[in-house]
Formats: sequence, structure tokens, C-alpha cells
Amino acid sequence: MADTVIKSPVRWLAANPIWGFIVLIFVFFSFANPYFFALQNFQNILVQTSTIGLIALGMTLVMINGNIDLSVGAVVALAASLCVDIQGWEMFADWGNWAIAPGVIAALIAGTALGALNGFIVWKTGVDAFIVTLGAMLGVRGLVFVYTKEQSFFAMNFAFSDFGSSNMGPLPTLAVLFLVCTAAVYFLLARTVHGRNTYAVGGNRSAAVNAGIRVGPHMLINFMIVGFFAALAGVTLSSQMGAATPNLGTNYELWVITSVVLGGTKLNGGAGTILGTLGGVLAIGILRNGMNLMQVPAFYVLVILGTILIAVLLLDKQLNRKGKEELRV
Amino acid sequence: MANFHVEKPVASRGQQTARVARDIRGGGMNRDRWKTIASVLARQGILVAFALFLIGFSIFSDRFLSPENILSVMRSSAIIGVMALGVTVVVIGGNLDLSVGSMLSFSTVLVVDLHDKIGPAPAIGVMLVATLALGAVNGLLVGVARLNSLIVTLGMLSAIQGLTLIYSGGKNVDIVNQDQTWFKIFGRGTIADIPTPIVIFAVGAILLHLMMAYTPFGRRIYATGGNATAAVFSGVRRSRVVFLTYLISASGVAIAAIILGSRVMGSQNNVGQGYELQVLAGVILGGTSLLGGAGTIWKTVIGVLILGFIQNGLLLMGFEYYVQWLVTWVVIILAVWLDIAAKRGRLLSPIA
Repeated sequence: MADTVIKSPVRWLAANPIWGFIVLIFVFFSFANPYFFALQNFQNILVQTSTIGLIALGMTLVMINGNIDLSVGAVVALAASLCVDIQGWEMFADWGNWAIAPGVIAALIAGTALGALNGFIVWKTGVDAFIVTLGAMLGVRGLVFVYTKEQSFFAMNFAFSDFGSSNMGPLPTLAVLFLVCTAAVYFLLARTVHGRNTYAVGGNRSAAVNAGIRVGPHMLINFMIVGFFAALAGVTLSSQMGAATPNLGTNYELWVITSVVLGGTKLNGGAGTILGTLGGVLAIGILRNGMNLMQVPAFYVLVILGTILIAVLLLDKQLNRKGKEELRV
Repeated sequence: MANFHVEKPVASRGQQTARVARDIRGGGMNRDRWKTIASVLARQGILVAFALFLIGFSIFSDRFLSPENILSVMRSSAIIGVMALGVTVVVIGGNLDLSVGSMLSFSTVLVVDLHDKIGPAPAIGVMLVATLALGAVNGLLVGVARLNSLIVTLGMLSAIQGLTLIYSGGKNVDIVNQDQTWFKIFGRGTIADIPTPIVIFAVGAILLHLMMAYTPFGRRIYATGGNATAAVFSGVRRSRVVFLTYLISASGVAIAAIILGSRVMGSQNNVGQGYELQVLAGVILGGTSLLGGAGTIWKTVIGVLILGFIQNGLLLMGFEYYVQWLVTWVVIILAVWLDIAAKRGRLLSPIA
């Protein structure tokens, strides 16, 4: 996959049309709006996309596996609530800024554990991941409401919310975090055995079994990765807001799946790249930001995004039909 | 995605003993006994679970089995139920419909808003046409253009949410003279002492059951969902069948919108948000396979009622509202797991 990238820019663009789309909307918004083309705004876009982007990284792995995870939105809420609540516990009162650590760690562990639970159920029961994570989506959200008693939590420690708006050199910390994670998952997917197995399992599961890949544990690990990233997104989101509400992350699974599919990952598994996902996430980020600056009402943005998702699917169908001619009726 | 195996023919007693002898190392005897129990449980699992829940809840709460309570549960399940009927048809045809929730918001806002502007009957008519048009868009994209139904209806979910907000301008709508309009019959009225929503739900279920079980069209839906290629070779016009399943699903949403609008006499813009999950949960609990080709309407009715009774029972027992979601989580996975386990003849997946 990744090795064919360098051969020809034109061919690369044909394989990743989303980056062409990004260039288009980038040029369009740059001319259409005076505030769009500014360093400050680019930083904003990166921070805004980092939340969805982090989850999308993990979701790409799971979807290349031929699975899906619908529970990420609920995990975001759970992680955010845990993180903000635990750092305020009295037992950590004299820890100073270190009180943030147990909250963050608990949130990340909870997310990873829920991912592991999903993966374990998919592995052992053989129930479709769509159903397993649909159940988890309801169940984990229920857990959040039971845990929070339908209350919002507020971070008393300002160091936590300062972190969300801090900078590392020219870039916001959250953007750096997102880019580092992107590089790490890119490396995992393109350069490691685990990454190659991810494509193998998604491409042909029984062939992967015959090749000696332990499919079950492999899928389990990918579910843990997406759970971890969802929790991380929950932590960064709550640090941006300095608070956590039980409704946090509603509809995130839609945004994440939309960006991953825009990036060219196939729902049936076996195909997809991190660069594509990064493109999908950025495309949605730029669109939302640009339309926001042009004061398009949020209502229209929903319609436009839905339309784009379907249009991309149509285009993809037209472009990639050769070779696997289906029965036409 | 799930690993389905063809159900093995029932082994004769002699073969069974032979297999037990061969399989002692793997705990064969135990597994065989498990298998019989599991297959009985799974084949009628949904009924067993239904009975267990009813018994359990009636032990812990004496109000649970009172006729008023049962009627009220059925009435509040009717809205999700009517939608679930239509979605069952789509799922049996081998597709998904995630757009029903936001479609319900759209239709309810439309019918409630138009009620005071052009009168109840025209409002219902316009809403019906608009909802069917949305269903037709789904149907065209999935049936004719052959796009993945999950993504298409996901896109439609977002697009219809936007349409609703554009139409209403973000404001909630309501009906002013709530007592003087005959529109209230659908949500608040009764027919022969039975609340109208229940009657509508029952009639819809019977009609769709007859269609799916006894008409050539129903068989074509099963055929398309079971094996689309084989269906096409047998002369089934797949595109048309899939298109029509989405129209059926949209009409279910339209009817649900009438019940909901008439019951509340007003509507928020996001009233249907999350309904697609409850609906799918009911359909899945009813044993309809998400791969298509299998499932029945009446089991969906039971699936929806189970969800309703779980919700009601847990509330009566004094649990918090959201505990029902936790229970639903467990119940959905258990139901599907048992179903699959019975089909493959073993409890755990053979995946390494």
C-alpha cells in the first residue's frame, strides 16, 4: 500500500482523492473568506479535528479488520467524566497538579478495558462487531449516566484546562499530540507485522487463519487501541472545556466513521490507510471551520456533510468498479 | 462478518455416542448436553427470555402485571414498535436503516407544524409524501445505485437532522388547540377501550406479517436478503425489492410520527434522536439476522415488547432510568450469541 505512494503523484491522488478534495476546499475557503487563511485559524482547525482525529486513527484499524466500533462516543463521555471526577477526589487533594495523573490514567485504562471487552466478546462469541458495539454504545452511555448521576463535573485544577489551550512551540499541544499519534499509528500500520496482519485479517479472514495469524487476539488488540484513543479523545476534550458532561461525545461515532470512510477505508475491510484517514478528518475539519467562518448555519453543515458522504461513496463506486464487475440488474 | 456454519443434521444416537467417545478429551459429553440445552434455548430463546423477565419482574413488583401497567407499556412501545416493523423488513432484505430516528424527528415536526397551518388531514398527507420521498432517496441509493446501506443511511441521518432544523429554524413546534382537533385520536384516543397506538401497532404487525409470510413479495424480500445473486438469477428484481423495503420502512416512520405528534401535540427538533438504536435493538432481540434473509415480524414485536417491559420493570423496581440501557447491552449480546451458538452447534467461536 504505502510503497506505491512515491511512484507517481497523479496515481497517488487517484488512490487518495480526498487530498485533492482538501486542496480544492482549501483554495476555495482561502479566497472566499478573509479570515480563513491565517496561522491562528490553521491552529484552530488542527485542535478542532484532534478529537475526532484521535478516535479515527483507532477506528481505521478496526475497520480495516472488517469490524466496526459504535461505542466510541460513549467511551469519550465515560473517560471525560472519570478524568475530571477522579482528579477532584479528596484523597488526591494534597497532590497539587499531580492529582491530574490518576484521573487521566483511570480514564485511559477504562477506555482500553472497554475496548478489550468489546474485542473479547467479538472474538469469543463470534457475534458481529456491529451488534456487540451497538449494545456497548447503549450500555456504556447508561454507565456514564449512572456514574455521573446525570451531573456535569468541573475541573477545579486550572492546570488541567491550561493544558488544553497550551502551545508547544508554534503548534497547540493537542495538535502535536494528534500528529504524534498519527505518526505512531501510521508506523504501526505500514511498517509492522501487526499492521500487515490487520490488512490480512480484513482482506480474507479464513486465509489469515490458515496463514497462522491468531485472528481473535489480533482483533482484540485493535479494539483496545480504538478504546484507548477514544478515552484519550475524552481526556483532551474535557481539558479543552475544563469540564465533562454526560452527553459528551454524542454522535461522535457518526463523525468518526464518516471521516474514516471519506479517507477511503472500506467497510468490508482489507483496505484503508492512515494518510487517507488523516485526509478525511482534515476535510471534515476544514469544511466545518470554513463554513462556520462564512456563517453558514450549522443546520446546513449537517446536510452538506451527509451529502458529501454519500457523494464520495457514489464516486468511489464509479472509480473502483473495474475488475470486480458485479451482476447488474 | 460473523462466521456462520450450516446447521449440522441431527446425529443419530449411535453417532452421538461415537462422537462422545472420540471427544472425551474436549469434554464432549458436556458439550453435547450443552448443545441440546443451548439449541432449545436459542430456537425459542426470545420467548424463554420474555417469560423469565415477566416472571422476574412480577415477583419483585406487584404492580407490574396489572392490566393498566401492561397496557401502558404496550402503548409506549408502540412508537418504537411501528418503526421496528418497517426496519425488520429492510433488515430481512439484507440492508440496514439507521436514518429512521432523524426521519422520525423530521416527520413529527412537519406534521405538528403543518397541523395548525393547513389542517390535520392535509398535514398528514404532506408529511406522508415527504417521508416517503426520503425513504425513496434511501431506496434509490441503496437499491438502484447499490451503495452500502450503513453509510448511506448514516449520511441520511445527518442530512435529515439538518433538514429538520432548517425547516423549523431550530424552534420547537406545537399544536395550539389540543382538545379540539380530531388529530388527538392517534396518540391519546382509544378504539374499543384499547389505546389507539396499540391498535395501530397490532394492525401494522398483522398486515406486515401476512405480507412477509404469505405473499410472493414477502418471499422475494427473504430471497434478496438471503442470497442476492441467487435471487437475481431466479428472476427477482433486486433493485425494486430493496427500493420497496425502504418505502415500507419510511411508512412505518410516518405512522410513528403521527402517533408521536398526536400524543405529545408538539415536537422538538431532535425528538427521534437515538430511536434508531432502540429500534435496531428490538429488531436484533427479535432474532432477525443483520446479514439478511432471516427473521420474522412477530418476533420483532416480542423483541420490542421485551425492551419496553425491561424499561418498565426496572423503573418499578426502583432502579435509575439509565440502568435499562446496561441491561439492554447484556440482553442484546446474549440473545444474538445464543442464536449464533445454536446455528454453529457450539457455544464459543472457533476463531483462533
